[in-house]
Amino acid sequence: MNEITFSIDGKACKARPGQTIVEAAKSNGVYIPTLCHFEGLRPVGSCRICTVRSGGRYMAACTQVILEGMAIENAVPDLEDLRRAIIEMLFVSGNHFCPACEKSGNCELQALAYRCQMLAPRFPYLWPVRTIDAQAPRLMLDRNRCVRCLRCVRGILNKDGKKVFAAGLRSYEATIEVDRTLAADLAEEDARRAADNCPVGAILLKGKGFAQPIGTRRFDHAPIGSDVKKEAGR
Amino acid sequence: MPEKDIVLKHPKDPSALLDVIRDVQARSGRVSDAAVGRIAAHLKLSEAEVRGAVTFYHFFSLDPRGASTVYLNDSITSRMKGRQAVAGVFEEEAGCRFGEVSPDGSIGLFPTSCIGMSDQEPSAVIDGVIFTNLTPLKVRHLVRALRAGRPAQDLVGEYGDGANQSDLVRAMVVNNIRRRGPVLFGPHQLGEAVRKAVSMTPEAVIEEIKRARLLGRGGAGFPTGLKWDFCRREQQAPHYVVCNADEGEPGTFKDRVVLTELPDLVFEGMAVAGYAVGAEEGVLYLRAEYAYLRPHLEAVLAGLRRANFLGRNIAGSPTFHFDITIKLGAGAYVCGEESALLESAEGKRGEPRNRPPFPVQIGYRDRPTTVNNVETLCTAARILVHGAAWFCSMGTPKSSGTKLLSVSGDCERPGVYELEFGLTVDELLDMAGAKDAFAVQVGGASGTMIGRRDFGRRISFEDLPTGGSIMIFGPWRDLLEIAAGFMDFFIEESCGWCTPCRVGNVLLKKKLEKVLSGRGTRQDLAELESWGKLVKTMSRCGLGQTSPHPILSTLQNFRELYDAIIDQNKEHVPEFDLTEATLESARLTHRRPILGETAHE
Repeated sequence: MNEITFSIDGKACKARPGQTIVEAAKSNGVYIPTLCHFEGLRPVGSCRICTVRSGGRYMAACTQVILEGMAIENAVPDLEDLRRAIIEMLFVSGNHFCPACEKSGNCELQALAYRCQMLAPRFPYLWPVRTIDAQAPRLMLDRNRCVRCLRCVRGILNKDGKKVFAAGLRSYEATIEVDRTLAADLAEEDARRAADNCPVGAILLKGKGFAQPIGTRRFDHAPIGSDVKKEAGR
Repeated sequence: MPEKDIVLKHPKDPSALLDVIRDVQARSGRVSDAAVGRIAAHLKLSEAEVRGAVTFYHFFSLDPRGASTVYLNDSITSRMKGRQAVAGVFEEEAGCRFGEVSPDGSIGLFPTSCIGMSDQEPSAVIDGVIFTNLTPLKVRHLVRALRAGRPAQDLVGEYGDGANQSDLVRAMVVNNIRRRGPVLFGPHQLGEAVRKAVSMTPEAVIEEIKRARLLGRGGAGFPTGLKWDFCRREQQAPHYVVCNADEGEPGTFKDRVVLTELPDLVFEGMAVAGYAVGAEEGVLYLRAEYAYLRPHLEAVLAGLRRANFLGRNIAGSPTFHFDITIKLGAGAYVCGEESALLESAEGKRGEPRNRPPFPVQIGYRDRPTTVNNVETLCTAARILVHGAAWFCSMGTPKSSGTKLLSVSGDCERPGVYELEFGLTVDELLDMAGAKDAFAVQVGGASGTMIGRRDFGRRISFEDLPTGGSIMIFGPWRDLLEIAAGFMDFFIEESCGWCTPCRVGNVLLKKKLEKVLSGRGTRQDLAELESWGKLVKTMSRCGLGQTSPHPILSTLQNFRELYDAIIDQNKEHVPEFDLTEATLESARLTHRRPILGETAHE
């Protein structure tokens, strides 16, 4: 197979044809922050946090396929600030109260905010009024925390291939809907997967609060993305 | 027909989703829970997905929209031409506010984005029928008649000109063709272009279009010949031609006039494109606001089939077969973006796709597709007949040919002008009768607002590009309020997929409101600029990549308007007034706020 050569922030890298920039970077031990991206799911480029620059053009690294000779800018100050701005936008456009959230410590949005050194958002809080849908027997959907990454829409299908979660409305009001009928029949294992796939605390299992103690959670000891170098070195 | 049968008559194919919803909405004035269940079962989709499609589009709804449904255009030109008074009478007569249905269920009032009637505002779509030049008096009669059960079509008084009078259109819409140029409006013999095409090789057709340096007329200006070439070279089969008849850019309406008066040329252009790219199927994606033209368009298609300019062995060619179907939109500006249009044509929510891959690679039904604007296709057909040299003899070096402009706003002669590229804004204003123009919005809400010092600039891809929308503002207009109105439009029309567009436009508008309220500082203007650039840079499609333009272009060209209303002496003024914000709690706790500090009474 032909190998592609490219660079990230000046570091010479190699990739397989067809890999996305995020995948190619990862296999070279370079972390590009992502949020909506989820391995195994079709990338959608909705959060835009993974935006990189190549040849002066901005692109989502999760959807753009790596091309021969690309000189990618990733960890440069102006891009890092743009990414931080996106994270801030997600914070001000939802109602994120980390200390009271079951996902704290396992939350990718929170972890990204730490990793990208977000302080107080530059934007005013919008305090949207969002609803919680708790009708499904096994899970609840708290839209206050939803970042519209579409992982649940893409990843959670019933046995007939029907979508259990779907995008609803448009614009700033855009929501995620859970299908009442399909959610009623959702197996425990699928419900757990929905909650685990959710990067934030928007999809939570009922009756399972705080099973994992604070201090032992995913990002309690090392920042998000710490695994990237380790894997590349394997 | 019972709702159940309406659903069942459609194929059991998810791509029929929007068609089913449209029929149910038309019959029942809503898509009820029961209907959602039926549609989901029939198309093997989840109910949440069906709801998601219903709630994406302006003209679909889960809740009742009234026996008669009024969609009153809420564009800037509509507001300039007296929308407020008209809206007031609608509310008074119906007995409900916009966004609601009258208590007796007879009338529903809803706002909608630009419906393509900027030259005859205020206008509305009522039960699919267009009403233009509305006045308070007309509205009073209209609502009373609707309430009495008279069909909207019967309330159309006088028909407009040209094909608007045909039995298949019967619309009060007028064409307002002010300037007929040689390309679009020159004499054309039916079938001329198709005949010429099949006498050439597809490669030669593409070569001719390339030589003419035809750039896409929808706004983005991509070279048409190159697009066709890319599509032709794709190995996957079949290939498709899609005509983008979803002009939704505020202030544009030229495609409406083309579809009314020159539909055969549009379809010929599609056939030429089909021949060039190797497609046998074409789709005209027609915006829902123009659904009133559909019977007319279907009749023209039938005529072209009879004349063998569509169908099998077109114009005697042994190998070329091509036909066209019409797909209707359902109200969504973002569907003018070509990949969102394809999603919508496939029966889904009109959310743009990630690019690459581009539609020429993976397009309609995941096959190579060329998506071209109405005017582009007409122009291509005419280039084929008259040659690239003829076309290049008009316009400027980088913008050959002519352009249709939709002129509206504060001028004596609003309407459609076919003019050579390269004319100055001043010359256009002269023609339109707008001597006292103070500002011109070139290219619609996503374009640029320019002032008098730029009126010598030329309308062309190299200087002032436009998909055709030209809105003229007199000196008495509040340009910053207009910019705020455009931001409302983008907030409303963002599909909500990506963070910067979904959230950023709201933040920009909020910041603009702060400045307009007189609480702004230089810091706020700097933030408007940097946030605007942020949204442009980080957004996923053309909508978010251009939505900050109303703010950025007024900041650039009308900075003095901002400087006049900000507090020049303060570094920072908070978003809110602390005293005001604490007033209620102070009252409840019997405390009294003093200059931001709270003291006992």
